[in-house]
Amino acid sequence: MFNALTGLKQKTSNFAGTTVDKKSGSFLLSDQTRVHLTDLPGTYSIYPKSADERVATDILLNKNNIDYPDRVVVVVDAVNLKRSLLFCTQIIDLGFPTIVVLNMVDVAEKKNLKIDVNQLSQLLSVPVVVINARNREGLDKLKEIISNKAEKQFSKFYQINPAVQEFLDELKPIFDDNNSYANLVKVHRTGVATHQLQNIYKIFEKYEYQALKLQQRETIERFKKIDYIVVKCISKINVEKASTYLNIKADKLLSHPIIGMLFFIIIMLVIFQSVFSIAEYPKSIIEDQFNNLSLYLSNVLPQNWFNGLITEGVIPGISGLLTFLPQIAILFAFLSLLEDSGYMARVSFIMDSFMRKFGLSGKSIVPLMGGMACAVPSIMATRNIENVRDRLITLLVTPLMSCSARLPVYSLLISLFVKPKLLCGVISLQALMLLMMYLIGFISALALALILKIFIKNEAKSVFVMELPIYKWPSFRNLRLNVYERSKTFVTEAGKIILIVSVILWFLGSFGPGDQLQKINKKYEAFEKSTNNLTQELKSQKQAELIEHSYAGHFGKFIEPVIKPLGFDWKIGIALLTSFAAREVFVGTMSTIYSIGNDDDQSNLREKMLLEKNKITGAFVYSKATALSLMFFYAFALQCSSTLAVVYKETRNIKWPLIQFLIMGFMAYASSFIVFHLMS
Amino acid sequence: MKLNELKPGQHAIIEEIEDEFLSLKLLEMGFLPGEKVFCRFNAPSGDPIAYSVGSCIVAMRLSEAKSVIVSNLTE
Repeated sequence: MFNALTGLKQKTSNFAGTTVDKKSGSFLLSDQTRVHLTDLPGTYSIYPKSADERVATDILLNKNNIDYPDRVVVVVDAVNLKRSLLFCTQIIDLGFPTIVVLNMVDVAEKKNLKIDVNQLSQLLSVPVVVINARNREGLDKLKEIISNKAEKQFSKFYQINPAVQEFLDELKPIFDDNNSYANLVKVHRTGVATHQLQNIYKIFEKYEYQALKLQQRETIERFKKIDYIVVKCISKINVEKASTYLNIKADKLLSHPIIGMLFFIIIMLVIFQSVFSIAEYPKSIIEDQFNNLSLYLSNVLPQNWFNGLITEGVIPGISGLLTFLPQIAILFAFLSLLEDSGYMARVSFIMDSFMRKFGLSGKSIVPLMGGMACAVPSIMATRNIENVRDRLITLLVTPLMSCSARLPVYSLLISLFVKPKLLCGVISLQALMLLMMYLIGFISALALALILKIFIKNEAKSVFVMELPIYKWPSFRNLRLNVYERSKTFVTEAGKIILIVSVILWFLGSFGPGDQLQKINKKYEAFEKSTNNLTQELKSQKQAELIEHSYAGHFGKFIEPVIKPLGFDWKIGIALLTSFAAREVFVGTMSTIYSIGNDDDQSNLREKMLLEKNKITGAFVYSKATALSLMFFYAFALQCSSTLAVVYKETRNIKWPLIQFLIMGFMAYASSFIVFHLMS
Repeated sequence: MKLNELKPGQHAIIEEIEDEFLSLKLLEMGFLPGEKVFCRFNAPSGDPIAYSVGSCIVAMRLSEAKSVIVSNLTE
């Protein structure tokens, strides 16, 4: 509905906890007034149980918050009318001019539930609009109601107990608010008015205040009134059981110890297979197009340094990333399908008892699976884990899951040493290797969780109570939207960094200190004169010497001793360093390094890397040992500045991103070292 | 009896919730005294379990179901 009103494209799914942060947008009314709309994370009630629910209540209870609303639009689910009305009546009692939007009416009608909208509007004494978000029905009516003036209202539903009322009357001057219910809710949130706490506690003692007891009583009383409303508004015409029956059957199968697990494994295999096989075709097209573009531009543009910068620096850098976009889009598509169908919630359910052993909760599965796309939104998604320790451990281990930024790195390196053969004619060996890297990520995440469990104390009881959505067919519109939005973010975010890095790299790779580069050029010119023509071998030898004596080369050589034990040469070293801005920069950096000076050589990066030889030993640089060691480094190292930033934002403590960075760095170096020495 | 004693396919009526902290959360999700609860299915390891209450499915661990008192068990 938010998307329909504002024309924005926010991600949605069939899953509680998809929206864990507020999203803002605006739209124009017919009289040209601009309306700012803030979408808040869903919550069961005004009393938050987890961090995402707190985002919503923080805004609604603080008049000084910039997002504090003039009016509230409450979206009520027609299928779960009773439960949705709890929060709705709380909002009305808080005194907000409220508009109720009745959603999912089509689904309710399929279940033969008929809702009397006028009756509902009368009983709630607020306007009710029926909206179908899929076909934009009712949107105009909603806009019209929003444009009408509205007055503040006063508490109607919940009659505050006289004894509590007396207690609240004493608190009134402290909160400076005439709405008793609003005051009661604020009282329930300790810490809201810290400087007044002393006074409040005195009043608490006097009235033997017990927050939970009061909240429970309130909830039960509210539901009694809501029951009355629901009975008046809903008429059921012979409820059919077919769909629920199918749902139960599906759940029995999917939670079966053998069939359920088998289904899960098959789904994962299909995803990895598709990432390699389906993506192959668009990938090669993109590769060819960029090579043609680069060749075309190098002929058209005048022969100067700018030509080199574009065709050897920028284009290889960008194309190195874009060729992997099809793979990433496929991964995003599958994750979106899993969430939208309701299966993701079942995975949480099935995995809970397993995850508990590692100090995690079933709910951790969602951030972890999401971590296969990107750790940043996934770390924010941990907000719907109620227990503080479960949440902290989950967000600390999530970056170990192989994210889409590692996918280009893995794909490139796997293609260097695993042949594109099929196992038993079906499963590709490369996909299997990729699956292994993802498993290593997952297993190490669990192992780290197990260790962290020892060090991080549990202050509250770990709980697992979650709602399972009913299965539904994923909507194609949703799928398209999710894939498009996530891919766009990936390309623009990574694209910016890669653009900058490739420009800087090209300069560092093309120029050198003093007159070293000129000397090399002269040396080969002399050769050329004596033999009239340079052989291909001498030409590439010249290129190698040029780049080695450039600024980039000197820098790479400087750090080489540190990474040599891992089997890396200085070129990889430069790529490693630039990757600390973001991992996906690796491929871009490698293609830039291997393109500098090679304006006539249009073979792809993979071929160039395969041919790369060590100058001293003459052995191929990208042996199995080096490639594997490099993959392990990328599997563990926390080379992502956005992840560190979001961990800091979520924990509000610099300690956690720092610890995370050091632990993962150590894991990266140690595992690379071991792998390289075992393999070579 | 307690909710965790319910086997898949059995119905019961909710009496009260003992755990203070959990109580509010479950109440809000529809676990109200007098409401009908149906045990739908359990996870492969037998824990957690999914229950139907009202029109939605709520999953919880055995340890949490233990704090919900139910009566009038029917098949």
